[in-house]
Amino acid sequence: MQATADHRSAEVVFRATGLTKIYRMGDVEVHALRGVDLELRAGEFVVLLGASGSGKSTLLNILGGLDAPTAGRVECRGHPLTGAGDEELTRFRREHVGFVFQFYNLIPSLTARENVALVTEIATEPMAPEAALALVDLTDRMDHFPAQLSGGEQQRVAIARAIAKRPDVLLCDEPTGALDSATGVRVLEALERTNLETGALTVVITHNAVIARMADRVIHLSDGRIAGEERNAGRAPPSELHW
Amino acid sequence: MSVLHRKLLRELRQLRGQVVAIALVMIGGIGMMVMALSNYNALSQTRARYYAEYRFAEVFAQVKRAPLPLVEAVRAIPGVREAAPRVGGFVNLELEDYDEPITGQIVSLPAPGDPELNHLFLREGRLPVADNEVVLGEAFANVHDLRPGDPLTAILNGRRQVLRISGIGLSPEFVYQIRPGDVFPDFARFGVLWMPREPLAMAFDMDGAFNDLALTLTREAREQDVIDALDALLAPYGAIGAHGRDLQMSHRFLSAELDQLQVMTTLFTTIFLGVAAFLLNVVVGRLVSTQREQIAVLKAFGYSRWEVGLHYAQLVLLMVNVGVLPGLALGAWFGRGMARLYMTFYSFPFLEWSLQPSVIALAFGFALAAAALGTAGGLRRAFAMAPAAAMRPEAPPVFHHTLTERFGLGLLLDPTARMILRNLERRPLRSLMSVLGIGLGIGILVMSSFQESAIEEMIGVQFGFAQRDDLAVTFTEPTSARAAQELAALPGVLRVEAFRSAAVQLRHGHRSYRTALQGLADDGDLKRVLDDQLRPAVLPAEGLLLTDYLAGMLAARPGDLLEVEFLEGHRRTVSVPLAGTVREYLGVGAYARREYLNRLLDEGSALSGAWISLEPEQRASVITALRARPRVAAVTDRAAMIGSFRETMAESILTFTLISGVMAASIAIGVVYNASRITLAERGRELASLRVLGYTRGEVRALLQGELFTLSFLALVPGFLLGLGMSWLLVQGFVSDLYRIPLVLPAAGFAIAGLVVLAATALSGLLVRRRLDHLDLVAVLKIRE
Ligand SMILES: Nc1ncnc2c1ncn2[C@@H]1O[C@H](COP(=O)(O)OP(=O)(O)OP(=O)(O)O)[C@@H](O)[C@H]1O
Ligand SMILES: [Mg+2]
Repeated sequence: MQATADHRSAEVVFRATGLTKIYRMGDVEVHALRGVDLELRAGEFVVLLGASGSGKSTLLNILGGLDAPTAGRVECRGHPLTGAGDEELTRFRREHVGFVFQFYNLIPSLTARENVALVTEIATEPMAPEAALALVDLTDRMDHFPAQLSGGEQQRVAIARAIAKRPDVLLCDEPTGALDSATGVRVLEALERTNLETGALTVVITHNAVIARMADRVIHLSDGRIAGEERNAGRAPPSELHW
Repeated sequence: MSVLHRKLLRELRQLRGQVVAIALVMIGGIGMMVMALSNYNALSQTRARYYAEYRFAEVFAQVKRAPLPLVEAVRAIPGVREAAPRVGGFVNLELEDYDEPITGQIVSLPAPGDPELNHLFLREGRLPVADNEVVLGEAFANVHDLRPGDPLTAILNGRRQVLRISGIGLSPEFVYQIRPGDVFPDFARFGVLWMPREPLAMAFDMDGAFNDLALTLTREAREQDVIDALDALLAPYGAIGAHGRDLQMSHRFLSAELDQLQVMTTLFTTIFLGVAAFLLNVVVGRLVSTQREQIAVLKAFGYSRWEVGLHYAQLVLLMVNVGVLPGLALGAWFGRGMARLYMTFYSFPFLEWSLQPSVIALAFGFALAAAALGTAGGLRRAFAMAPAAAMRPEAPPVFHHTLTERFGLGLLLDPTARMILRNLERRPLRSLMSVLGIGLGIGILVMSSFQESAIEEMIGVQFGFAQRDDLAVTFTEPTSARAAQELAALPGVLRVEAFRSAAVQLRHGHRSYRTALQGLADDGDLKRVLDDQLRPAVLPAEGLLLTDYLAGMLAARPGDLLEVEFLEGHRRTVSVPLAGTVREYLGVGAYARREYLNRLLDEGSALSGAWISLEPEQRASVITALRARPRVAAVTDRAAMIGSFRETMAESILTFTLISGVMAASIAIGVVYNASRITLAERGRELASLRVLGYTRGEVRALLQGELFTLSFLALVPGFLLGLGMSWLLVQGFVSDLYRIPLVLPAAGFAIAGLVVLAATALSGLLVRRRLDHLDLVAVLKIRE
C-alpha cells in the first residue's frame, strides 16, 4: 500500500452542480443523470462504480465536453463548460482532455503509431507516439493495424493515445472491460504512471470493484445519482490487484 | 504528411473500386461535356474567324436584273458600308463519266474596284484569268476528284460551254452547301463555281447589270432599316426582298447545328451530373455512417467540426478529381474527332480547335458541382455529428415484411428471395435511386438508338409519302403550261406533275415568315401534302395549307386570314385564309392548288417546274434530253440525293451511337457495381455469418447477385420511360423551322438497352465475386463496424 498524496487541498478541476441528463426518444424519457453534484481535484485518481445503465458514461461524456447536460452546471478550473460553444469545447478537449473509450474506438485504417500520432499532431506538448506506446508495452506492435491486434492490445493503443498528449484530465470508460486480469493490470499501471508523473486528474469507470482499491476516491453511481463516496486510506498498486 | 492525410489515402485505396466506378461516370460526363463544348467552340470560333477574315457579307439581296449604276444608290443608303454587285445563277453541269444530273450555283468574283466581300479561300490553283476559267468549290471537287486544269462542262443560259478549273476554293457564303429547296446536302450533285463577273454577265445576259448584292454595314447601322431601304430601292428591279445573315442558307444551317450542339451538351451534362452526384451521395453517405464512431473520436480528441468536415471534403475532392483529367483528355480527343467529322459536312478552310481554359475550368466545375450536389448532405452530417451520440452504434435497421409478403405472396418466395426483397425495402430511397441510376443508363441507350430510326422515319415520310418523284425539274423562270406537255412527251416519262412556286412573305399579326408558296396539282401523286396522321391531305379549293410548325410560328389557326406578299412579279399583297395545316418533318412551307396560286398571282397557268416519274431503264436518256433544254435550270434526283445523304450520315450516326453506348454502359456499370459494393460492405458481416452457418459460396453469391439483378430488372421499365422522356426532350430541343425530328423509338433499341444493362449487371456481379468468395469470415466477425 502506498501513501496517497492528500488532494483535498489541491485545485478543483471539475465542479458539477445539479447535473441532469434526460434522453428523449419519442414519448419515452430516460433519466440518465438525476442531479449530480461533484468536485474533482487535480492529481486525483477517481474510480466511478455503478451498475450498467447507471449513467457513468453519460457523466464522463459531460465532464469531457462531449455532451451537454439537460440541466445543471459544470465548470472546469472556473470556466463554465455548460453553455460553451462548440469551438470552446473543441479547444477544451484538444488542450486538456484524454479519453479512453469503452469500445477502444481506434481508427481502423491507421496503424497503432498513427492512431497515437493523430492526437499528438494537434497537441501542444505531446510525447512522441513511440514513447506513449512504450508506456503500454507495445513497442513491437507499433506498425500494426487495429484489425491485427487483440482486444487488449487495441485497448492499450487507446490508452497510449489518451496519455500521449499529456492531458490535464484523463477520462477512461471501462479501460479494462474486455481484458484478462494480467493485461488489465498492465493497462492500469500505465494509467497510474501517467497520473503520478503528470499529475493528471484521472477518472476511471469500471464495473470491477477490485479496481477501486487503487483509487484515491471511489464514487458510486446508482440510477443517475451519486449513491456514495469513499476515500481510500492508501492507493493499492495495480500489481496487487487480481480478478 | 499528416496522419489524417494518410487515413485519407488508405481509405481511398480501399474504396478504389467505387472510386473507379465514380471516375467512369465522371469521365463519361466530363468527356461528353468537353467533347460537345470544345466542338461547339471550335465550330463557332472557326466560323467567326472565317467570317471576319474572309469578310462574309451581312445583308443579301437578289433582283431579276438591275443596272450597275444603281449600286451607287445602294451605297448611299445610310448604314451601308460596302456593296458588292454580283451576277449569279444556277446552271446544269456535266462531267465526263458521270451521268447524274448536276446543279451548279455560279457566283461572280468581284470586278476591279468592287469591295472584296465573301472572299475566296483558295485551297489550290489560282483565280481565273481567262474568260472560261472558274474556281470550283472544294466539296464538289473532292467528290469528283477534280483538280486545277481539269475541264468542266456547263450549260450557261442554254449554251453548252467547256470551262477550265483554275483553282479549288471555299467561301464563307457556302460553308453549308445545299441546293436551295433541297433538304439534304449532296456534294456529288451540287457544286459552287466562281467566275469573273464580265464573262459571267455576258453568259447570263447581264451585261452592265447585276442580279445579286452583298452588303456590309457600318457599326451603327440597324439591319432592318437597311433592308427596308434596300427593298424600296430594288423593288422595281424584281427584288425578292433583302435579308440578313439569319436567312442566309449556309449561315442558318450552321446556326441550327450550333444550337443543337448546345441542347445536347446541356442534356447530357445534366444527366451525368445527376448520376455522378448520386453515386457520390451513396458512397460518401455510407462512409460517414460507417465512420461515425471515428468521427466521434476525432472530435473527442479535439479535432474541430471544420477539420473533420474538411477531412471528408478532401476525400470527396480526391474521388471526383480522379475522373477529371481522363475526362478532359477523352473529351478533347472525341471533340477533335467530332469537329473533324463536322468538317465533312461543312466546308471550312481551316479548323480552329483548342481546349480552352474555360472548358477546363468547366470540367473542374462539373466535378465540384457533382461533389457538392452529391455529398453536401453527408459532409454536413460529418460536420454536425455530436460526438457523444456518435459514439454509440447506429440503431439496428428495422426490417419489415416485404410488400409482397404482406400481399400474401410470401409463400411464393424462397428465403433467398425474401432476404433480397427485405434488403431492398430496408433502404427504399437508395434502392429507388439505384433503380433510377440504372434507368438513366438504359435511357441513354434508348436515346442513342433513336437518332438513326428518326432519320429513317424522316426520310421515309418525306420521300416515301410526300415526295415520290424520280426527278424534279426547275425552270429558269415561270413558264407556260406547254412546257409540262413537252416533258410528258419525252420517251420514258410516265407522269408529269407541274408546280408553281413563288417566294412569299407571310404575315399574321406582327409575325411574319419568308418561305416558298407552292402551287400543286390537286390530284397529285408525285408530290402530296400530309395531314397530322401523315395521310395524304386534300388541297383546299380556296386558301392555303401551312406546315403545322409554321402555323404555330405565325400563331395562325385555320380560318385566320394571312397576308401574303409575293416577292416576285408585281409584288402583289393579298389576304388569304389559312385553310388547314399539314405535317412535315423537313423545312416548313405553304401549299395551295396551283390554279389558285396562279389566280393569286394574277397570271395564266404559269409553271415553275415539274415532278416526273420515269421508266427506270429510260432514266439516262431522259436526263440527257433534259440537259439539252435551255429553260431547265436544275434537275434533282431524289433517290440519289437520299442515298448520298445516308452515306454521309452513316459515319456520324455510328460515332454518336458508339459514344453514347459506351457512356451509357459506363453509367450502368458504375451504378450497378457501386450498388454491389455497398451491399457487400453493409452486409459483409451478414453474408459471412451465413457462410459460417453453412451457406455455400454459390448461395451467398446468389443473394448478392439476386439483389443486383432485381435492381436492374426493376430499372427496365423506368429506364425505357426515361429514354422516351430524354428523347422527347432532345426532340423538343431540336425543333426548328429547318426540321422537326419525329419521336420514333424502335423496339430493337429498347431490347438492346435492356440487354446491355443486364450484361453490365452480370459484369459487376463478376467484379465483386472475388471479394465475395474471399470474405474473411473471422475478420468480418471480429471487427466491429
Ligand atoms: N443517446 C442515448 N439515447 C437514449 N438513451 C441513452 C442514450 N445514451 C444513454 N442512454 C441511456 O441513459 C442511461 C445511462 O446510460 P450510460 O451509457 O451513461 O450508462 P452506463 O452507466 O455507462 O452503462 P454501461 O455500464 O452499461 O456502459 C441508460 O439507461 C441508457 O440507456
Ligand atoms: Mg458506459
